[in-house]
Amino acid sequence: MAIKTVVKATPKPETGFLGALSGLKSLLVGLGITGRAFVDKQVTVHYPRETVENEALEGYRGHIELVGLDDNPAESRCIMCMKCMRTCPSGCISIKSKLHKHITPENRVKEVEHHGDSLTPVLLRPVPHPKKGRKELTKFNVDFSLCSLCGICVQLCPAHALRHSQRIYWSEFDRKDFDIDLIERLKRQAEEK
Amino acid sequence: MSSFAAIPEPAVRLVLAIVILAAFVGLNGLLLVWMERKVAGHIQRRPGPFEVGPHGLLQPLADALKLIGKQLVMPRGADPWLYWAAPILSFMPVFVLFLPIHFGPGLYGYDMNLGLLLILAFAGFNVLALCLAGWGSNSKWGLLGAARAVSQSVAYEIPLLLSVLAIVFMTGTLDLGKTVELQGSWPWQWNVMTQPLAFFIFFVCALAETNRAPFDLPEAESELTAGFHTEYSGMGFGLFFLAEYAEMIVVCSLAVVLFLGGWKGPIMDGPWWFLAKMYALLTIMMWFRWTYPRVRFDQVLNLCWKWFIPLALVNLFITAVLVKL
Repeated sequence: MAIKTVVKATPKPETGFLGALSGLKSLLVGLGITGRAFVDKQVTVHYPRETVENEALEGYRGHIELVGLDDNPAESRCIMCMKCMRTCPSGCISIKSKLHKHITPENRVKEVEHHGDSLTPVLLRPVPHPKKGRKELTKFNVDFSLCSLCGICVQLCPAHALRHSQRIYWSEFDRKDFDIDLIERLKRQAEEK
Repeated sequence: MSSFAAIPEPAVRLVLAIVILAAFVGLNGLLLVWMERKVAGHIQRRPGPFEVGPHGLLQPLADALKLIGKQLVMPRGADPWLYWAAPILSFMPVFVLFLPIHFGPGLYGYDMNLGLLLILAFAGFNVLALCLAGWGSNSKWGLLGAARAVSQSVAYEIPLLLSVLAIVFMTGTLDLGKTVELQGSWPWQWNVMTQPLAFFIFFVCALAETNRAPFDLPEAESELTAGFHTEYSGMGFGLFFLAEYAEMIVVCSLAVVLFLGGWKGPIMDGPWWFLAKMYALLTIMMWFRWTYPRVRFDQVLNLCWKWFIPLALVNLFITAVLVKL
């Protein structure tokens, strides 16, 4: 059973004198288009005289940052599973944690209803935590000079502890200034709120 | 201003003229680079250069300094004589091309009755320079670019000549000063009214001769990695660049003198009208560059051999018949 297809022949370019005249007319039409574009308002944002306002930045993928807990925004949701560190293709995340052996753990990272894209893994149960002892995040650095912004760490994190920041206007004079301490950034953000 | 012609010693006048013209070409090169980038920017709805100097006015200066500071590299296997002669040969004739042009009443470099012939003859040097550049580079892109450039330039010289010849038939002189004087002050008295087809053919052939878009295949950035000047860096490239802009100024000046009434204008005749018309034509050239896509190479040559040459011949024939009557 053949599928009925409608084949449209490509229109032949007009040749001859009439073709040349219609071609010349199209040239003038083109000039009109660019002429109008010359006097129209510019569509680029002229940094640093103009900047993009925050409302337009939704979904912007800046460098990654830690997400705070609901009841204590200065502390991150990170459970120190090291998945992001191991999976990063550029190897730019460095994490250090400390285990306090004699403290009873409490599971403060509850399940989350995510609103991310279809690739974000769905969190169905409370995030697993060690049976005894409590881990404390002592260092979480990301070297942005190596980061490729692939977003795999954000997708992979089982605790949804990472998200892309919206820091678009960031420039430094030294490559070392791109190695950022995310714990300190989270604390500062919690204070500013 | 007309006292320039009153300086008695012709050698002194010539040297003074060449010095002034060298400054004119140099300054205009800088101005045109800035104008090109600004026109390109605004057509693409963005500001163009803005930071270096007010509204980017010092940007070409910064570019020139950068080019001067770059290392002069020659590819392995390249012929040093040809390779280094090409940019110099491209740039040197430009000063001579300006001598016969009358910028104002009595403002000219050298009064000669064969001014037009001089310009057309020395404009052919560019073809030789392209040839040497492409061959001497020892690079396939350079060679292809040069081959295309040479065939394009040679082809488009013919309708250029024929359209200019139509004006010569009408005025009966090759002297550019007399050509301007024979035109009137008002736009309907200019030669473009009696020879519109010749003006059109001249302008398009001028675009093709100077390798400007849409005929810029020889230096096609996306197709030939910069064509015949692929292997040039620093000042070698800078000289080609300057030569191209200077040639643009020459053909626009020639168009103004031959077709648009030279330094004559409605209210007050003078060099300001010449400059205004010249810059208007240059802006139109830049407008064309950022509007039209590049023409395919066989289409370029087809256009020349099958359309412009017959049209120019027909125009010439009609002019000859009408002049004789």
